[in-house]
Amino acid sequence: MTETLLSVRDLKVSYKVGRGTLDAVDGASFDVPRGSIVGLVGESGCGKTTVARALTRVIADNATISGGQLLFEGRDLAAISEREMNAMRWRDIAFIPQSAMNSLDPVYTVEYQLNEVLRKRGGLGRAQARKRCEELFEMVGIETNRLGDFPHQFSGGMRQRVAIALALALNPKLVIADEPVTALDVIVQRQILDQLRELQQQLGISVILVTHDISVVAYICDRTVVMYAGRVAEQGTMEATLTQPSHPYTMGLRNAFPDLQGAASGMLTPINGAPPNLALPPPGCRFAPRCPFAIDKCTTVSPETLEVAAGHGAACHRADEASKLRKLATRTETWMTTEMAEA
Amino acid sequence: MAAERSDPLVSIRDAKLHYRVGGALSALRGLTNVVKAVDGVTFEIGRGESVGLLGESGCGKSSMGRLLLKLETATGGEIVFDGADIAGLKGQELRNYRARTQLIFQNPFDAVNPRYTIRAILAEPLENAGIAKAEHETKIAAALELVRLPQPEQYLDRYPHQLSGGQLQRVVMARALILQPDFVVADEPVSMLDVSVRAGVLNVFRDVRDRLGLTAIYISHDLALVRYVCERTIVMYLGKVMEDGPTEDIVHEPLHPYSKALVAAVPVPHPDQSHDPLPIGRGAPDPRNPPSGCVFRDRCPKAFDRCASETPLLREVGSRKVACHLF
Amino acid sequence: MPENTMVESTRENIVTRLFKALRLPLNDPFAVFGLAVYAVFLLTAVFADQIAPYDPTEILYTPDYDLAADLRPGEQGHVLGTTSLGRDVFSQIVHGTRSALLIGVTAAFMVALIGSIVGLVSGYFGGWVDAVLMRLADIAFGIPFLPFVIVLAAFLEPSIWNVVLAMALVLWRDTGRVIRSQVLTLRSRGYVDAARVSGSSDFKIILRHIAPNILPLSFLYGSIAIGWAILTEASISFLGFGDPSSISWGYMLQDAFASQALAKQSYYWFVPPGLCIILVVSAGFFITRGYENILFPKLGR
Repeated sequence: MTETLLSVRDLKVSYKVGRGTLDAVDGASFDVPRGSIVGLVGESGCGKTTVARALTRVIADNATISGGQLLFEGRDLAAISEREMNAMRWRDIAFIPQSAMNSLDPVYTVEYQLNEVLRKRGGLGRAQARKRCEELFEMVGIETNRLGDFPHQFSGGMRQRVAIALALALNPKLVIADEPVTALDVIVQRQILDQLRELQQQLGISVILVTHDISVVAYICDRTVVMYAGRVAEQGTMEATLTQPSHPYTMGLRNAFPDLQGAASGMLTPINGAPPNLALPPPGCRFAPRCPFAIDKCTTVSPETLEVAAGHGAACHRADEASKLRKLATRTETWMTTEMAEA
Repeated sequence: MAAERSDPLVSIRDAKLHYRVGGALSALRGLTNVVKAVDGVTFEIGRGESVGLLGESGCGKSSMGRLLLKLETATGGEIVFDGADIAGLKGQELRNYRARTQLIFQNPFDAVNPRYTIRAILAEPLENAGIAKAEHETKIAAALELVRLPQPEQYLDRYPHQLSGGQLQRVVMARALILQPDFVVADEPVSMLDVSVRAGVLNVFRDVRDRLGLTAIYISHDLALVRYVCERTIVMYLGKVMEDGPTEDIVHEPLHPYSKALVAAVPVPHPDQSHDPLPIGRGAPDPRNPPSGCVFRDRCPKAFDRCASETPLLREVGSRKVACHLF
Repeated sequence: MPENTMVESTRENIVTRLFKALRLPLNDPFAVFGLAVYAVFLLTAVFADQIAPYDPTEILYTPDYDLAADLRPGEQGHVLGTTSLGRDVFSQIVHGTRSALLIGVTAAFMVALIGSIVGLVSGYFGGWVDAVLMRLADIAFGIPFLPFVIVLAAFLEPSIWNVVLAMALVLWRDTGRVIRSQVLTLRSRGYVDAARVSGSSDFKIILRHIAPNILPLSFLYGSIAIGWAILTEASISFLGFGDPSSISWGYMLQDAFASQALAKQSYYWFVPPGLCIILVVSAGFFITRGYENILFPKLGR
């Protein structure tokens, strides 16, 4: 259970922009234990999607993995050839995109597209592939008589189920899901998450779930990796990061979410300001300009990850004072101080 | 002022918006050609009241908003705004109505024309209302101040793409408020925004509404957001009202089986939460082929014979109204 | 910095803004070549009287009072020789530029204008207006173009304007269709709803929020129409339905053909007008291509 399937070490992904480069991911490290769901959380532009894409090595033309290791069962995915990588896609690592409509070809039936993967990549025969298609559809809860349908004949939620079936076609060990439920309504979202969790437990696979929604993490994930401005701000078990957030950014995110279980009068508190421009990141801690707890050191020295409990780390100079900061962070006034800095 | 009068600002009676879709071919295949985006919706909005329209995509909540703003013309029923049926508004009357009702959009980047500066975007409603050019500057500054975007000179000559999502959504709100409307429809105004700035926009919305005594409709599929801004919620499903009542009552004790599922489905940011299956059938509603009787019955765990034969009417149950044969 | 130029552009006058709205495709080498060809032909057309050594229809004589017919290039100072009727080929080419551009530009203007108006009205208002206009477009699509021009020319006086009229009557259909579909997507944008809610009139919305976005598209179709117009005029003239009193490249081809220039190996007579047609028309399509790269950046590579 605690065996590590994937270990991301100091990953760096750089984009060429104009004449300069921009590090969309700048030294991210985290582990994915076998048979667990890891939530990669953060706002747009924090690098979470870039990390996910780097793991499949399907990244933009102007991007390169410029440093670090992606150790998958001990093999460095960043170092192997494109051919070896290609052999691992679907079989070892599969991908569920945000919008299934984009990954499904509208002119072919769903069965044809499943067959394509099963027969060309999996080397299955015609009869075997047919059987596997039916099996997969039953797994994700769609009637097998819909195999011959075209993608547009499915609703959004059903299409996402098809995308899950497609990802699971060759029994991968790791599934990377990029915002798989963001475009869906709450009810469908919940049903898809239930399905994902059930399949994950049944098949014993590992999942990296990229999302901006802490609630999704709280519902389904075992571990949380919070990213901010291309770096990992905090990581640990889901319970620890949500009940004892130790990085001010995680604390701020918690305040920004409306909570149906909480009191009606609860005030939401925004984190003022905006994430930094990654072409010109601030020196020191990248969250410092928006952080109500920043001290002088934060604006000059980049914080190392401090272990606040076993397996729970936060990249913050004041992580040892976390319990005190947590109390302050629940107060709206705490976050008002940086309001004037907003531009 | 406006809030002291007791007659409703908006009163909707049996509003319908039916679209004709497809052609003869789909009719041959046995599909009806009519999509009932809004189908017999009745409710009133009191002066100064904020009402949340809650439901999944395709439930008609956005169409309802567009009907109220006269962006779409109702195919049946009537919508009365401050005593006048909006169907017959023309010329100057329509212009007056336009000045009193406004819309805040889901995607701020779609809501503004990328070719124009923030100044030009904010000036458009002022021009339409025939306000002298000399007054534009102060009115624009006041509107930006209202949405907590101080130092207007920082933004006015910029183009939309040079602003962040949160800033631009505030500009969109400033444009909506610049003529001091009485009634605002906000259509999922934060769903496209980053989590950390959502709260800021929601707070501005609440604050402005209270300060100006606005009557508002907040459209969303997320009850947690609706609860944050509205004291009353209307749950819609396939163009019909399922439940209508105080938000807190619906949050704590939803009556309609559909409301129950919606409440249970709202994600909460806590580790300890129920993982029970939702009390609702799978599949999405097909607006071209709604079930007979109660439109929700094919996904309802409590459906019985009567639900197929008879359409439930909206009935008063305590503090709220519910359209279900169980009540 | 792009930000600075953006800020400054608000203070620019209307001419530069219009120029910007046209978005000339200046970073595509082919398009620049096309624009250069157009510039040369435009100057030639304007200064045709100064450039051409003779009147193109004047029948010339040698100093010995013989008809100066079928002179080879260079003979007796005729750069491109003379025709069988003793007219200067070079002067005809120069004056042909005039009618080519006149037809091309007016036809393009008519096609772009009518097509844009039809597209805007049809797409924006929808309903029965849209239905009527689009059925008219369907009918226009059913008209075989060349026979239509010939019949029109037969009914009316032979004139170069027949081509312009025929194009205006028929070729707006493509422009109208495409612009209509563009307007349909623009109309569903949030800012159009916003303008309506804030009380902008339909006219203002079209002028301010929709027309600027379809202007490059009208230009694209306009520049396609230039080529079509010149080709059509050449075809009509070649078939003998042209206006004999005005010199055009197509008329020159027809004249050469009728005088059996090929048999006489008088290449200097029909190759230059042919080349000119190819040059102007392809220059037009190069510009068009440049516009396509601006409008649909994904099509290029």
